[in-house]
Amino acid sequence: MSIKAVSAPREKGAPLLEIKNLRIEGFSDDKWHEIVRGIDITLRRGEVLGLIGESGAGKSTIGLAAMGYAKPGCRISSGSVSFDGIDLLAASESRRRALRGSRIAYVAQSAAASFNPAHRIIEQTIETQLAHNLDRRDKAEQGAVDLYRRLQLPNPEAIGRRYPHQVSGGQLQRAMTAMAMSCHPDLIIFDEPTTALDVTTQVEVLAAIRNIVDQFQTAAIYITHDLAVVAQMADRIMVLRYGRLVEEAPTRIMLKTPQEDYTRSLWAVRKLGRPDRPSAEPVLVVDNVTASYGSTIKVLENVNVRVPRGRTVAVVGESGSGKSTLARAIVGLLPPISGQIVFDGTPLPPALKQRGKETLRRIQLIYQMPDTALNPRQTVRDVIGRPLEFYRGLNGRECDRKVGELLRLIELDDHLIDRLPSELSGGQKQRICIARALAADPEIIICDEVTSALDQIVQEEILKLLMRLQQEMGVTYLFITHDIATVRAIADEVVVMHRGKVVEQGPKAEVLSPPHPAYTDLLLSSVPEMDPDWLTGVLTRRAEKGGLKAAGN
Amino acid sequence: MHPVVRTVLQRLGLGLVTLFFVSIIIFSAVEMLPGDFARAILGQSATPETVAAFEREIGLDRPPVTRYLEWIGQVAQGEFGQSFASRVGYRRTVAEIIGPRFLNTLFLAMMTAIIAVPLALALGIAAALYRNSWFDRAVNAVTLTTISFPEFFIAYMLAYIIISRDTFMGTQLAQSLPQWLAGSIDWILHAIPKFPTLANVNEQTPFGERVWRCMLPALTLTFVIVAYMMRMTRAALVNLLASPYIEMAQLKGLSARTIMLRHALPNAWAPIVTVIAFNLAYLIVGVVVVEAVFVYPGIGQLMVDAVRSRDIPVVQACALIFAATYILLNLTADIISIVTNPRLLHPR
Amino acid sequence: MTTVEDHQLRTEDAMPKARRTRLSLIRRALRSAPLSAWFGMIVIAAYVIVAIFAPWLAPYGEAQIFPEPYAPWGGQFVLGTDQLGRDMLTRLIYGARNTIGIALVTTLLSFAVGMSLGLLAAIYRGWIDQLLSRAVDVLMSIPLLIFALMLLSTFGSSVFNLIVIIAILDSTRVFRLSRAVAMNVVVMDFVEAARLRGERLGWIMRREILPNVMPPMIAEFGLRFCFVFLTISALSFLGVGIQPPTADWGSMVRENATLITYGDITPLLPAAAIALLTVAVNFVVDWFLHRTSGLKDEH
Repeated sequence: MSIKAVSAPREKGAPLLEIKNLRIEGFSDDKWHEIVRGIDITLRRGEVLGLIGESGAGKSTIGLAAMGYAKPGCRISSGSVSFDGIDLLAASESRRRALRGSRIAYVAQSAAASFNPAHRIIEQTIETQLAHNLDRRDKAEQGAVDLYRRLQLPNPEAIGRRYPHQVSGGQLQRAMTAMAMSCHPDLIIFDEPTTALDVTTQVEVLAAIRNIVDQFQTAAIYITHDLAVVAQMADRIMVLRYGRLVEEAPTRIMLKTPQEDYTRSLWAVRKLGRPDRPSAEPVLVVDNVTASYGSTIKVLENVNVRVPRGRTVAVVGESGSGKSTLARAIVGLLPPISGQIVFDGTPLPPALKQRGKETLRRIQLIYQMPDTALNPRQTVRDVIGRPLEFYRGLNGRECDRKVGELLRLIELDDHLIDRLPSELSGGQKQRICIARALAADPEIIICDEVTSALDQIVQEEILKLLMRLQQEMGVTYLFITHDIATVRAIADEVVVMHRGKVVEQGPKAEVLSPPHPAYTDLLLSSVPEMDPDWLTGVLTRRAEKGGLKAAGN
Repeated sequence: MHPVVRTVLQRLGLGLVTLFFVSIIIFSAVEMLPGDFARAILGQSATPETVAAFEREIGLDRPPVTRYLEWIGQVAQGEFGQSFASRVGYRRTVAEIIGPRFLNTLFLAMMTAIIAVPLALALGIAAALYRNSWFDRAVNAVTLTTISFPEFFIAYMLAYIIISRDTFMGTQLAQSLPQWLAGSIDWILHAIPKFPTLANVNEQTPFGERVWRCMLPALTLTFVIVAYMMRMTRAALVNLLASPYIEMAQLKGLSARTIMLRHALPNAWAPIVTVIAFNLAYLIVGVVVVEAVFVYPGIGQLMVDAVRSRDIPVVQACALIFAATYILLNLTADIISIVTNPRLLHPR
Repeated sequence: MTTVEDHQLRTEDAMPKARRTRLSLIRRALRSAPLSAWFGMIVIAAYVIVAIFAPWLAPYGEAQIFPEPYAPWGGQFVLGTDQLGRDMLTRLIYGARNTIGIALVTTLLSFAVGMSLGLLAAIYRGWIDQLLSRAVDVLMSIPLLIFALMLLSTFGSSVFNLIVIIAILDSTRVFRLSRAVAMNVVVMDFVEAARLRGERLGWIMRREILPNVMPPMIAEFGLRFCFVFLTISALSFLGVGIQPPTADWGSMVRENATLITYGDITPLLPAAAIALLTVAVNFVVDWFLHRTSGLKDEH
């Protein structure tokens, strides 16, 4: 079983899918709004098209429309979708049903939700073949096991007998790909298949998908918001925004020379960076802290972190690494079993209720999801005004004036002061959360994945804002994230965590350049780059290392 | 031990513990008897000796824990003590009073369930499949209305319709309507079988006769139960049909029939069984009123009479039986949910 | 073994909506209300007016007895007289005041008890939550009507007893719902943010949790009122609820039940009055739930 080191040029056949002037409307707030405003797509056999855009661009809706399907609450208002000469929109529902699964297949974002928990994986994999009368059961099962093997699933003969909740997320995503491949369709639509996975899992799944699409010469539409990922998978990229096409070009050309400003701004996010600065005296020291949630499993083990004043320390790791738990321990929600946390020279009382108001004021926390971090029934004035009132006793006009000041500081307009969170965009809400933290005039702000739930361009804006605020006010950041690009952009020092332990820490330049401890190496090498040959390179290197190891033994 | 077995045993244990606590509560209700209870039963003119003797009789002079243990011990053996009504003239044990009545109520409940459950499920499933069609909207409006009606309203409405067979033409209303309208209403009324408006049955009543006499009470209960059950079934199914794996099945090109049978149904058992159990439990309560309206000799009617005459042992026994049935139904629903849960059946 | 990350969600950077005042929101909501909701609101308003202005609306006194029992409709007595010779219309009007009034007080009491305990359980969690939840589970194992019958047999059927007993029994249902709703709110980050700030429990309850709990609880108030109303009527119908001579729809049905056998529809009037109010409240609550739960119809 070998993975091709270099992807062979794909055979370009006759046009397979032709979408002309597609318009789709969605129903919300008792009205129909246009989601997709006139999209043209031409896809040939064996070609992989990348659809990229931020949320609200309509990419998923277009992907489903390519199957002639509109989600409940959406309707295709005009345009044509032609698959292999068949007009999907004019065809009868039974005709469309005959095509779905057998000639056009779909891979959804969440495998866990797309599998029926009551049936075994292999049953659901071969279901399509049996329903469309393409094969007998035993042949279908053999085909399924073969697909599992090609997708590098462990134990391919037996894994199909399992139930969906018995396998891991990455394995289930590959099983869903096998399910889509089972009838050897002409076209597969991949809808953000790796967005929900950890970076290290993502590499394997990306490799598996690309490999199998290659082997069967299947045409594919690959939908994602991640530029680096689409660079690995697609021959041609279409950039979408608010339901319209912004730019379209072959991958290599688009990566090198993007034409439109919007495309360029999407690309530019990854190029954000900051010059190195010397270290400083620590404002916060986490001293050999161990913590657990009651059971024997330790969520933090002998963690030592040193946060210099006025600097940004990025804590990076995947899910289960303990980075968010570290934040909880620092703010007092999870008192450590052993070790202590020293703030500005004095040890902090381990539990929240033991800390005084003044201590609480000086350490602030900003959350990942602004939707749940803001009370939907409180206006901007209430949200930002409360810390002012609570900590500094400001009231009435004095308070309003200060709120106005803070709004200007976070680059928002004064007239938003009476808005409710439902009337603000995602970026604006996160800025309000930042202002809420700043209102307390803290010394250290813990940012818990504050940009992870935002669109890429908004991410860049928020990061720039945070950097400016640090420059002006000298506040210290403990920045928790899973995204290496963000770390590169804003960190002075980096802490790498894995399974509750600190794997490595130090100045950014040191940590991010080789030599690396094994886990850091794995983590850094799994982050997709904006180079179409990146994935191939990583796989080759890993195969070589594996070969060396085997040879060494 | 397999997680399913373990969970089921846990539930059974929980059910027993709940029953235990419920018995304590039922027993304690007697503990809270206000001071002049005995006098209230025996009447103002009772002599102090009679009162004292009565209190001794019902055991108010002994410590509560002892009395509870005695009572529960006897209950476990099927003896519920003696009715207060037994004091006048002849002794009657509670058990011999309740026995036949309980069976009567069970008969009525089962008759209702046989009619109501399939009907409600069919309507609920149809409404879920054709949601937002005129059918669904009409059924929604009708059931919303029906669940708002008190049971005695529906009961008396039905009784009134039956009685109107004979009396309609003589009323002022019939006189004021045009001839053809009054005539057609009369014809419709006569088309309805003349169900008896008094459901008096006893041990000797043959089966067919029983069913005939119980038709109106059963129909009344059916109206109420079908409305609730249909709404809950529809809600559960709509919820299920919104699951992502159902959409995935559609995208795989499976037929609607396949999707319903292979994908929706296996996951629907638990919510549907819960709905049925919940409504059967509701049936227990509804039975009380319906028995009163149609003078049906069931356990509900018995309890109401006992409450009015403050015959405490009977009240306790009835309450205990109702509670036990309720707990049993919920337990069954729980266990079926557990046994059909794929995550528990096939653990990691 | 890696699991699905929770950073998969992306918030939309859509255009912010214009600010709407509360009044314009209510107006907009009323305009899109279906016929059934309008019907419900009008009926409820009518009942409330009758209940409040009963003494002015009723032709005769509540307990005023006339020499002619079971009089037919028309003439001096628009709807005839009952078994003791009291005017039916008067009794119906006063019945509105009594039955609705008692049901309302009971529901308010039930909510006061149930909601405070439910919120407490959600905020403190731990052993308080466990204790309360288990106790409520046990109490709810006895069907409410049966439990009420049992307690009424012990304590007697005065109005006070009736209100207290049913309120306490019904508060278990309110507890369950308010606890569930509050749990959803309590796990939100903004509640934790308030705790981290150092806010006191009272402030968090009042300013963070309560405003977000109100919409479903208001709908539930309507539903519980219906249930309490029906239960009290049922108990009165069975003879163990509101006692004569107080005018009450449930007992009026029982008192005049024999008229049914003569084909007289009079006993159905109080029953219909009960049914009409409950239907109206259910329609309004159904519409309210449909709007606030955000369930959009499919097209």
